[in-house]
Amino acid sequence: MSRDLLARRRMGGALLGSTALCLAMLTATSAAAEPLEVAAIYTVPVEQQWVSRIHKALNAAVERGEITYSFSENVANTDYERVMREYAEQGVDVVFGEVFGVERAAREVAADYPDVAWVMGSSFGPEEPNFSTFDNYIQECSYLTGLAAGASTESNLIGMVGGYPIPEVNRLMHAFMAGALEVNPEIDFLVTFIGSWYDPPKAKEAAFAMIDAGADILYAERYGVADAAKERGVLAVGNVIDTQEEYPGTIVASALWHMEPTVDQALGKVAAGEYAAENYGPLSHLAVGGCSIAPMDDALVAADVQAMVAEKEAAIRDGSLAVAVDDSEPTSTR
Amino acid sequence: MDVLDILLQASFWAATLRIATPLIFGTLGELICERAGVLNLGIEGIMTIGAMSGWLFVYLGVDLWTGILLAAMIGAAFGLLHGILTVPLGLSQHVTGIGITLLASSLAYFTYRVLLPDVATPPRIEPFQPWAPDWLLAVPFLGPVAGQQTALTWLALVLVPLLTWVLYRTPLGLALRTCGENPVAAEAQGLDVYAIRIGAIMAGSALMAVGGAFLTLSAFNAFFFEMVSGRGWICIALVVFASWIPWKALLGALLFGAFDAFQVRLQQMMGGAVPYQLFLMLPYVMSILALVVMARRAAYPQALMRAYVKGQR
Repeated sequence: MSRDLLARRRMGGALLGSTALCLAMLTATSAAAEPLEVAAIYTVPVEQQWVSRIHKALNAAVERGEITYSFSENVANTDYERVMREYAEQGVDVVFGEVFGVERAAREVAADYPDVAWVMGSSFGPEEPNFSTFDNYIQECSYLTGLAAGASTESNLIGMVGGYPIPEVNRLMHAFMAGALEVNPEIDFLVTFIGSWYDPPKAKEAAFAMIDAGADILYAERYGVADAAKERGVLAVGNVIDTQEEYPGTIVASALWHMEPTVDQALGKVAAGEYAAENYGPLSHLAVGGCSIAPMDDALVAADVQAMVAEKEAAIRDGSLAVAVDDSEPTSTR
Repeated sequence: MDVLDILLQASFWAATLRIATPLIFGTLGELICERAGVLNLGIEGIMTIGAMSGWLFVYLGVDLWTGILLAAMIGAAFGLLHGILTVPLGLSQHVTGIGITLLASSLAYFTYRVLLPDVATPPRIEPFQPWAPDWLLAVPFLGPVAGQQTALTWLALVLVPLLTWVLYRTPLGLALRTCGENPVAAEAQGLDVYAIRIGAIMAGSALMAVGGAFLTLSAFNAFFFEMVSGRGWICIALVVFASWIPWKALLGALLFGAFDAFQVRLQQMMGGAVPYQLFLMLPYVMSILALVVMARRAAYPQALMRAYVKGQR
């Protein structure tokens, strides 16, 4: 706005008065907290677990009256840049999204629109001046679910079905494995990646194969895995969303991701004019409310195990226990 | 566990049949279209809208078989559209087919989102349960394989001999094949080439839609965007693999299913040693190899992809 004002001053004193008046009106309206214009660009539908958490946090901000929210779902990676530019050209203030498949291109687009705050799910770091990153770095909670799973397996074989081995998926899997192994070092793991974020029948087949091989707990990174577990009467561990109601008697524990801390902080900074490129990943940690453990089923998890998990959770919160971060691709251990 | 032990597991063969079922429906559907002389690249979209509509109708309250029937009818409607554009109007079958795929899948997503704008998790339905005749369940090895299959898989398997009989043993089948080989000769016999071709596309598209509906009503219990994920395109290749013969189509679908079921188990067994992408590639690579071997001597319908214009030679 100040640049605007300077430009107009050069146009002559006659205009100066009216320009100042306009400017005064503009600042007056923005002081009355005009809701921020927020857009989101998702490569999958908003029902998908990961995206549903962002969608939920943004909808909550809409209900509080802080933002107006529009989104594009199911955007192909090849189309992603175009949609980014379209929203930027429309003049939105903040864009949320996920750039796992378009990391480099997305950063180039962001650099073209320095006035827009880009807050993107990404495997890499933030980029000055305006490209912030986040991801569901909920490894602390995955570790806690691993403890519960390790105490619950009887066959000492746990199956894990994932989409693609990207750093965030790997990190959570490793944390889960570390938790399980801490309780029971005898456990072996079967790992399958199905090469798709969204093919439930295929994820289900991979899970069936694990159950046939003797796995009695499945780490349900994808839709379809818990379905196989329920059908065959084995247990599953939830990831990102709470599915306990949908699969009664199946889910041992779930690591929930909460996007609210990230969304609220990013929106707050934009509204206050303090936004800068930043790594929002740590806002998915346990201590700041970025993740949590869903209440465990008393019928499936013994009281002493629940107490042990609660103890470890407290230790993570007070900083006396740190969960290791390992982004390498996990593989079957037998 | 040894690699060959996998082949001896009943669960492996059960998975093979499950994975193959939508491919059997799709491949037979495409085969009917192509036997009448029309390539139907609308298959991917028709499977998608079949998956969506079958699931949607059941979600709205009809029973499973009615859902299948309605999905088939919607598939046939898209077949009719493809037929009108490619048969009497004689438009490019490639372009029209891809257009149908884009239209049908977009329409499926659009309908889903308009009707369910604000769902947290995709709504579930009660899918087909495994069913098999008692005598089959008693057979060793086959019993456990059959015990995991739903009625739709049995329907797919029954369709293969049925289609073979219709194609090779009935006047209708002869007429259909003639339209695909030599429409002028069919016309000379007093047959209505347009009606037969459009009818074949509609019937074939109905089967494709049922293949899609299998995914949402049997393999899974909810509709997801992009859940067909290329299965339709595999069917196109399987028709060539099958040399346009139904029982070979069954063989091809089973082979693909077997490779897919195999790679999942192999990946779990020796995942550390080999990148997982190689395993995911396996069914496709093996299908291409099989295609090369099998399709060398394939005799394709002579009038395939050639529009027939009355009165022209």
